[in-house]
Amino acid sequence: MTEVLIKVGFLAIAALNGAIIFTIMDVKGASWMQRRPGPLHVGLRGFIFPLAEILKFVQKEDIIPTEVDRPVFKWAPAYVMVSCVALFAVVPLSPTLVVADLELGVFFALAISSLGTIGVLTAGWSSANKYSLMGGLRAAGQLIAYELPLILAVVGVVIQAETMSLVGIVEKQIEWGVPFVVGGQIIGFLIFMVAATAEMMRVPFDMPIGESELTMGFMTEYSGIRFLIFYISEYMNMFILCAIASTLFLGGYHVPLLPTEWVNFYGPVVLLTKTAILGFILVAIRWSQPRFREDQLQNLAWKILIPASLVNILVTAVLKVGF
Amino acid sequence: MVNAIGPQNLNSFSEASVSVEIETEDMTLNIGPQHPSTHGVLRLVAKVDGEKVHDVKPVLGYMHRGYEKLAEVRSYPQITTLVNRIDWVAGFSNEIPFIAGAERLMEIDVPERAKYIRLILTEMARISSHFVFNGAYALEVGALTPIFYAMEDRERVLDLIESVTGGRFHPNFNRIGGVKPAAGAGPTSKKNIQDLPAGFYRDTKVAMEKVIMAADQFQNLIGGNEVFKKRTKNVGVLTPETAEAYGVSGPILRASGVKSDLRMQTDYLPYDQFDYDIPVGENGDCYDRWDVRVKEMVESAKIVLQAIDSMPSGPLQAKVPKVIKVPQGRTYVRAENPKGEMGYYIVSDGGLGPYRLKVRTASFSNVSILPIMLEGALLPDLIAIMGSLDFVLGDVDR
Repeated sequence: MTEVLIKVGFLAIAALNGAIIFTIMDVKGASWMQRRPGPLHVGLRGFIFPLAEILKFVQKEDIIPTEVDRPVFKWAPAYVMVSCVALFAVVPLSPTLVVADLELGVFFALAISSLGTIGVLTAGWSSANKYSLMGGLRAAGQLIAYELPLILAVVGVVIQAETMSLVGIVEKQIEWGVPFVVGGQIIGFLIFMVAATAEMMRVPFDMPIGESELTMGFMTEYSGIRFLIFYISEYMNMFILCAIASTLFLGGYHVPLLPTEWVNFYGPVVLLTKTAILGFILVAIRWSQPRFREDQLQNLAWKILIPASLVNILVTAVLKVGF
Repeated sequence: MVNAIGPQNLNSFSEASVSVEIETEDMTLNIGPQHPSTHGVLRLVAKVDGEKVHDVKPVLGYMHRGYEKLAEVRSYPQITTLVNRIDWVAGFSNEIPFIAGAERLMEIDVPERAKYIRLILTEMARISSHFVFNGAYALEVGALTPIFYAMEDRERVLDLIESVTGGRFHPNFNRIGGVKPAAGAGPTSKKNIQDLPAGFYRDTKVAMEKVIMAADQFQNLIGGNEVFKKRTKNVGVLTPETAEAYGVSGPILRASGVKSDLRMQTDYLPYDQFDYDIPVGENGDCYDRWDVRVKEMVESAKIVLQAIDSMPSGPLQAKVPKVIKVPQGRTYVRAENPKGEMGYYIVSDGGLGPYRLKVRTASFSNVSILPIMLEGALLPDLIAIMGSLDFVLGDVDR
């Protein structure tokens, strides 16, 4: 019982901290690229800015329009949040520092990561707002287009590692001596990152939010703490998908040449560093790219990413059997 | 409807299955008046089928301020204050055709130096307007960063306008017969008062070189971006015939391939003394409209640099009577403003103010092609096309 409580507490704290770290990174990246003085210099060099942001949202009125489907509208942010937090359970910080080392860890991660879209869709539907509805439907369309390449990209890794456990995948990479991204899965990694960006609904695939088109999409009617939950979930999702990507492709908690006996000590730091590097790339893309159009995204997914990932699986399988 | 499938119509089975159509009702989507991409309070009533836009009706008038009527009860010097606020992004440009019209009716010869100062400030207003467009358009297709750079660079130009006129957006600087003695022009002795502020030439040179650099940066960072190209190329193509038929003017018309620029065709300001190009687009799509404006910024900066080098000396003000009365008559003066052709039709009955003032604004005509351009577009394209027209609601409604 105590163990379960500790694990749940760890999940909550880790998820929240991951989100806050990525919020700071996003804001800092933005202000650095946009030469904005506020988040760079105000209040302990801008580091307490997220705190002010959270306080602002908490004290705001939680407006629920009269026409909305109340229970669905109220619970939609929770779906999104829960699906993000649950993902933290399978990511190993070291062989022993892991909440649940599931046999089918990869499968669990991919299944849970697509659950969040249900929350987005219900939020869009229940808001009784046409912009929200379009945002929700765009998110659903995006999910169908992007879940497939995401899964197919991971299949290559699973074939190469011969296991679906995330700890097992990292151990295999330690055994190989190089991370999978060097050892043959570079295409899989790129596909995974593109698909994950679409899944996170970040620029250039932020059509469900699309501020200039849909005035915030499915989040239009939300305010106060419910909006905050969406906002934090976005960063949690970003953090956890980067962590999963670094576990699957970049060698997880281990870097070559470090002694494996000490992995419990340096493991979390290594994983966080890799996650932060991936996150920084996403931040840089967000603040420098325009938005794709919905049909261009579908074209990209169905005509380029899915064939490419199928070829990737084929080549991986042939090499696996051949050697 | 799918027919019952039996052996007798098995041949047409494949045809029958594709002819199934889900009948959906079109949804009416109100875009605006409160929407981040409508540049103020334009309202579009769009009939959409999913993402596809079938029919668009622009609804105007949310910002009607009755300037034409207000002008009838004001004297000529007072009206410049009003017309400043028509296209507020380029406030200075709005004064020029009105003042030129009044001067034409009064048959006043404006001193060369005043004309040059007007020309420099008009071109600066054009540059600052195009800066705003650049930032806002990138924002509309989803890039969040360029607007910060555009606004920062625009600030330099606005500072210059402010140093001469005392106002950033609404200079109210033109007087009938010349310009107002510049603000901050040193000691208030009568001889020195009629001059540009100290260091104006130097600051302008620096600022204009920065503008050329900024335009180059935009070409590389926005125009060279693959996603931006995908979003704007071959989107919202406007043929030159349609554009001319609807009275579209300015950069939009030039982007469609029509080389029409009132700066070359009329003589409201001495543009014929400078060497500059008129950028023209090829396809008339959103990318060309963006591209033409960026190139225009460079040309405007070049004009300003030339004007500073060849600035004539002399008075800033022609001899005008103390009480300005415009003789009976009517005239129409038009000018090439950042948004397109702007014209004032002044009818004077010999009084202190005009009997009737009709304002022809560019944005009004430019917005009128929206229903044609948006027919069958996708919703994201609707935003991209609307943004590429670069209208200002004050300019549409007056």
